Amino acid sequence: MTRDPAVAAGAAPPPDDRRARVRGTAYPRYVAGKLGGAAVSLLAVLVTSFFLFRLIPGDPVKFMTGGRQVSAEQLAAYRREFGLDLPLWEQFTDYCGKALTGDLGTSYQFRAPVVDRIGEALPNTLLLTGTSFVLYTVIGVVLGTRAAWRHGGPGDRFHTGLALVLYSIPSFWLGLLLIIVFSVGAGPVPGLFPTGGMESGGEEGFAYVLDVAHHLVLPVVTLVAVEYGQTLLVARSALLDEMGGDYLTTARAKGLRDVLVRRRHAVPNALLPTMTLVFINLGRTVAGVILVETVFSWPGLGGLFYQALSVPDLPLVQGLFFAFAAAVIVMNTLADLLHPLLDPRVGR
Amino acid sequence: MTTKDPDEPAASRPVPAASRPVPAEAGPRALARRRRRASAARFWARYRTHRSGLFGLGALALFALVALTAPLTVGSGVQSVTDAPGRPMESPSAEFPLGTDQFGRSLLGLVVWGARVSLLVGLLAAVLSVAIGTLIGITAGHFRGWFATLMMRITDWFLVMPTLVLAIVLATVLSRSLGTVVLAIGVTTWPTTARLVRAQTLAVEARPYIERARALGGGHWHVMSRHVLPNVMPLVLAQTTLIISSAILAEATLAFLGLGDPTVVSWGGLLQDAREAGAVSAGKWWYLVPPGLAIAVVALAFTLCGRAVESVLNPRLGVAR
Repeated sequence: MTRDPAVAAGAAPPPDDRRARVRGTAYPRYVAGKLGGAAVSLLAVLVTSFFLFRLIPGDPVKFMTGGRQVSAEQLAAYRREFGLDLPLWEQFTDYCGKALTGDLGTSYQFRAPVVDRIGEALPNTLLLTGTSFVLYTVIGVVLGTRAAWRHGGPGDRFHTGLALVLYSIPSFWLGLLLIIVFSVGAGPVPGLFPTGGMESGGEEGFAYVLDVAHHLVLPVVTLVAVEYGQTLLVARSALLDEMGGDYLTTARAKGLRDVLVRRRHAVPNALLPTMTLVFINLGRTVAGVILVETVFSWPGLGGLFYQALSVPDLPLVQGLFFAFAAAVIVMNTLADLLHPLLDPRVGR
Repeated sequence: MTTKDPDEPAASRPVPAASRPVPAEAGPRALARRRRRASAARFWARYRTHRSGLFGLGALALFALVALTAPLTVGSGVQSVTDAPGRPMESPSAEFPLGTDQFGRSLLGLVVWGARVSLLVGLLAAVLSVAIGTLIGITAGHFRGWFATLMMRITDWFLVMPTLVLAIVLATVLSRSLGTVVLAIGVTTWPTTARLVRAQTLAVEARPYIERARALGGGHWHVMSRHVLPNVMPLVLAQTTLIISSAILAEATLAFLGLGDPTVVSWGGLLQDAREAGAVSAGKWWYLVPPGLAIAVVALAFTLCGRAVESVLNPRLGVAR
């Protein structure tokens, strides 16, 4: 999908050994490097989440029981149950060993393995996040590249301004307002959409799909509204960087229409840095997802995180922290692995 | 950093004040002062051409005024739940222009009083974040080798992490106080600053006068504090303005999730109160709109200022974020 500027400018095609090196020895080494880096990052998350939860001032067991009157025997039992009677380094090795076998502990609130709760909520979050991610990336890139192509014009000023305004709006506030206007109904607007949840219950087959889609509208609109601005700004400045390129002058000189110069030559080159930044910014999206799921009572990881925070259910918070961080790291690694296949200049 | 000096005459002249002949009796201090004034005037003249930047500055001045004069206009009694003046959840009226909350407190007073906490926490968290970022950026750029590699690895790791989740976790495990909120936001948002400052440090250290300073016996501390730091300060200023905006949003988020200091009123906390009091399902939009609008306007104002400062300092940047 990338057009090499040199090729577009009509120069001799680059020697084939460049591609050969990417497909031959260099790419596996690149993959190994990236996978190694991801493994180190995951390990760092694991270590951080262990020590983060040992920062709690005072006795973690007292914290878990939430200040209720508990006898000394019960406290000791809790300590044994959560392995808190062991020395710190033993707790740590125990924790790491369990985490590597997929055991993130037992939820204090649900009395169920943390991994099970995460597994139940994960598909719902993927549905919400995936839909929003695709939409806000496409909208951001399309609007951003158009704004950059006519930079300084009224369209550019309007879209950049709107993106900045939406970027400054707290996502949870926008969600609450949308609920008031479109679910509860304000003035002449009747309640068009459900106030929260993922399904009304009772539907099956196609009706169920429609029902879930109906519930999905407002959360997705909220997430897209607060997140597309960043993609727009990134895509806009990436294309502005490409605007001075000689290969664009050449493309115009050979008589290509303006739209084609943008679509076939400029945008593909601007897409690469944009995608890198879109994936780096996924961490921000995770925060948005947590808030939107909380506001719309979406039964996903974010809603679960909020439930865990309000208790606070420390094993569940810890497990979800690991899950969110791991998801972002995995997505970034995937983006890194795809990058040299799209752009032969990377990873050599 | 005093850039608000509109009656500086040298601003629009083609010849900067610094290059005018200096009286022979002027010492180096007077010379430095004169140069600083001239560059501040130049800065302001260019800043003035950004209309959105001026709008942001105006909005900030207004909010700062409201926050600073709050003890005179509404008084700290506005937070008191026990002797609230109105009935619970009153609609906007002449007595309570924005209505009342579930305890009968005036919402206008609460929003005005909440500006103090939201702005203070945002400022402090941004200062902490930028201080950490600058320290790590300068040291990683100055000392090469394994130290820099390690620092940049940590920075990249933080950059990819969902930092708000990290801040939420920190705020959960530590005690509920404003200090915790400042700490949680500050220690999770520094990586972008660190990367920018490191890049600038590398550029500055490649200049010949750094070599001269080293040849004259300047140590690490001297080079970093006297030569590198002044050169990264403009960048740090722009970055601080941008970070304040996200710090205010982060503070509102933490407060909305119930992780703020429960004893003080902030805009995010008001939204949480509104949600818990059932203002959403009852359709009481007038309870929800003002605090959220205040957050959005202040965050936008800081972003606009930061972008204007950024493009004044680096015109090549266009208006990239």
